[in-house]
Amino acid sequence: MPHWLQLMADSLAPLLWAGLVFTIPLTLMSFALGLVLGLITAIARLFGPAPVASIARFYVWIIRGTPLLVQLFVIFYGLPSVGILLDAFPAALIGFTLNIGAYTSEIIRAVISSVPKGQWEAAYSIGMSWRQAMIRTILPQAARVAVPPLSNTFISLVKDTSLAAAITVPELFQAAQRVVATTYEPLILYIEAALIYLALSSVLSTLQVRLERRFARYGGMMEANA
Amino acid sequence: MIELTNIEKRFGDALVLKNINIRIPEGSVTALVGPSGGGKSTLLRCINLLEIPTSGAIRLGTESLTFVPQQKTSWQSIQKIRRQTGMVFQNFQLFPHQTAIENVMEGLVTVLKWPTERARAKAMELLKKVGMEAKADAWPATLSGGQQQRIAIARALAPSPRVLLCDEPTSALDPELAAEVVDVLSALASEGTTMVMATHDLRLASKIANNVVFLEAGSVVETGDARLLFTAPSQERTRQFISTINAANTYDI
Repeated sequence: MPHWLQLMADSLAPLLWAGLVFTIPLTLMSFALGLVLGLITAIARLFGPAPVASIARFYVWIIRGTPLLVQLFVIFYGLPSVGILLDAFPAALIGFTLNIGAYTSEIIRAVISSVPKGQWEAAYSIGMSWRQAMIRTILPQAARVAVPPLSNTFISLVKDTSLAAAITVPELFQAAQRVVATTYEPLILYIEAALIYLALSSVLSTLQVRLERRFARYGGMMEANA
Repeated sequence: MIELTNIEKRFGDALVLKNINIRIPEGSVTALVGPSGGGKSTLLRCINLLEIPTSGAIRLGTESLTFVPQQKTSWQSIQKIRRQTGMVFQNFQLFPHQTAIENVMEGLVTVLKWPTERARAKAMELLKKVGMEAKADAWPATLSGGQQQRIAIARALAPSPRVLLCDEPTSALDPELAAEVVDVLSALASEGTTMVMATHDLRLASKIANNVVFLEAGSVVETGDARLLFTAPSQERTRQFISTINAANTYDI
């Protein structure tokens, strides 16, 4: 077996383990929480009273206007000076959730607005409340349009979690750095880490295709392709 | 009985409905006709409060509601009126993510909290009534406009409303598809369904309406028995309007 392959095989276990225990949970949890935050933010901006909408706009402005790495540093290294001490993982989780919340709120705002006004009226005309119309009629249609842009955000997030290495979360990329520190083989190890990220993103892309197909069954798109 | 008293509607500075007074008896079919921009749709949408009148009063069955300018109408009072109505839209507005039968069941299950099986049975019965039972499991996007509108009629009827409001129900359809919708609506009319429809389609109006309200520039120009109004309008403006569309000729003699 060539040297590089041997090295990759030997370090596969620690890298995969770090991915399984830190990268994947961090991705899934911050995406799920971020989506909830994004939905709340989008609704606040679309339907909230002026002060609430302003707060939501301010939040999106701050998060989108500053680097993610800087945000993570502020949370993990900065907040202790005002007495807020967080472990690395929760700090990363908060940072990524805030980030995803801001970006997905813009997507959700756009897709909710894309559902025709007549659908709200149809829902109201059969007696639905705002909430029922939102949950039963508007969001299911918005979700369909949201799949491609949200998948983009999700895939970016998987890769962005490597930034958590900078605030001492022992995730996939940091595991690779550790092996490099003892083997002095950066090229091989970083390529191996890259391949694992690629595999994770590929799984998500496949899920996206499945989800789009599922949504296509009711739409005009399916006929257009037939 | 539906009673509209001194209804006025403003959009900003524009006064789109002026002092409208109409009484619609139970079991009758009333057509709102008149030129575009005359206020037909707005008036219809004021009945189920998709538009809130600026002032005036509405009475529907035992519920009544008075509107005062600048005063917000509570959700509960809107619902008390709206729950007694069903609406059919020009562009159908079926829920595209639900099958035909799911569309009809939606109000029963989500709003009235009926158990699914009971709602399904009622929905099937209504789909039969509009001749769409064979397409119960079809997605709206796979159906013709006429078929979609018939399902929309079944959806509007599902909660057993006191009145069915139709906003240009045939205007988005070619004459053949319009005919199948007209057939369904006229069958409902002969069963005694109370209906109010805003329409350009004078053939539809003359075929099923008992009463006609002619609206122009937000005011009622003339109102009366359908046959009389179409054949012998008392106002010059009404006569002009009817003769331009040549409706008198389509009225069967």
